[in-house]
Amino acid sequence: MTTDQVTQTADFVIVDTGCANLSSVKFAVERLGYSIVISDDIKVIKNAKKVILPGVGTARHAMENIKSRGLVATLQQLTQPVLGFCLGMQLMARSSVEGANSNSDEQIIECLGVIPTDVRPHDAKSLRLPHMGWNTLSQVENHPVFNGINVEDYFYFVHSFAAPVSEYTVARCQYGSEFSAAIAKDNFIGCQFHPERSSDLGSKIIKNFLEM
Amino acid sequence: MLAKRIIPCLDVRDGKVVKGVQFRNHEIIGDIVPLAQKYAQAGADELVFYDITASSDNRVVDKSWVSRIAQVIDIPFCVAGGIKSEEDARQILMMGADKISINSPALRDPELISRLADVFGQQCIVVGIDSYFNQDANNGQGEYQVYQFTGDETRTQKTKWRTLDWIQEVQKLGAGEIVLNCMNQDGVRQGYDIEQLSQVREKCNVPLIASGGAGDISHFVDVFQQTDVDGALAASVFHKGIIAMSELKQTLKNEKVEIRLC
Repeated sequence: MTTDQVTQTADFVIVDTGCANLSSVKFAVERLGYSIVISDDIKVIKNAKKVILPGVGTARHAMENIKSRGLVATLQQLTQPVLGFCLGMQLMARSSVEGANSNSDEQIIECLGVIPTDVRPHDAKSLRLPHMGWNTLSQVENHPVFNGINVEDYFYFVHSFAAPVSEYTVARCQYGSEFSAAIAKDNFIGCQFHPERSSDLGSKIIKNFLEM
Repeated sequence: MLAKRIIPCLDVRDGKVVKGVQFRNHEIIGDIVPLAQKYAQAGADELVFYDITASSDNRVVDKSWVSRIAQVIDIPFCVAGGIKSEEDARQILMMGADKISINSPALRDPELISRLADVFGQQCIVVGIDSYFNQDANNGQGEYQVYQFTGDETRTQKTKWRTLDWIQEVQKLGAGEIVLNCMNQDGVRQGYDIEQLSQVREKCNVPLIASGGAGDISHFVDVFQQTDVDGALAASVFHKGIIAMSELKQTLKNEKVEIRLC
């Protein structure tokens, strides 16, 4: 298993959640001059220096994929820095309601629970959903991943669900009401927006993460 | 504040970017990847690639260019054309596209919209609608009607749908965004169809993108000030260098349109 031996030493790993935006995340890292592997191998993920948890689609589908690959405990127990993108951020929460109840009795989707917050439908007031497009950050806390990122900087958002503002919020965005543009606890940080699709500033966030 | 989006559209035929007038007489504009890169760097907010051959001639189309685009650009992009199943959509999204747009296949099988939204999430399912104002319809009072197979002039045909009805139907089925291409305006650069877009906006609660008719900067100002669309799509004005992205965005900003300057 030569390829396994190679990948087990990978510094940077994208968790293969079976979601669709894996390659765009990989390309974004590669544009910065780093190599990164996509893997659902427990050893590869555990041994990485940094882990990226991407995701598009619904929390229900993504959690089903993570469970079927036997990755729940592995991801929960990671101690190296982990960066989640969009749905990947939401999976870090305790729970989500996205994808729930459409064809089952399940009202709440249990997520990884590494950041104690709950994802719920975003309250956009009179504004349209999904919240889709480039929006500014309304507040940015000190966090190494947000070095050089300021209020009023634009990032690309695509979502209808969001984590509310809480003690774990490290960046905020306003769309009808304020929500967490990023949440963090210990070694976990997640961005609701898509850094891999947010032009130069998005690249800066990925670079900050890889180099922190 | 959420910015209004400027979206260059690249019509793709046989791996080249093409542009025709009112959907006809397509001329080659250039290679996809360098054009995509150029627009991303110039400050486009998003790109749409319409594979205009795909829906029309029912063959397997080489989509490897999707992956080549994903490698080089760092803004979102959508791929349209020839996506008829979950598997087609998965392939395109796996190659790095952020959204997929369906048009004729949704008219043939409306439930496809729901199936795609369920698997991939509503937010990456765009429905493209080709709408034509038919002056003779509705007892001579005129009516907006939905057309299909517009990538091929010889197969373009009217559907049973009135545009406003189809707009509501696709939202019920789970469309996350609608691109409304106003065929009477397409390629002739006389301005967006403000009247139609305003009517559609009232019935459209998901993001709505205006398409067809952009000829100069004032048309973008008009469409954003008068219709509350979320984005404006255009092709030839960008391909032919008639409008520079930076000047367009600065003008919109000066006109108090919320816009992301680069």
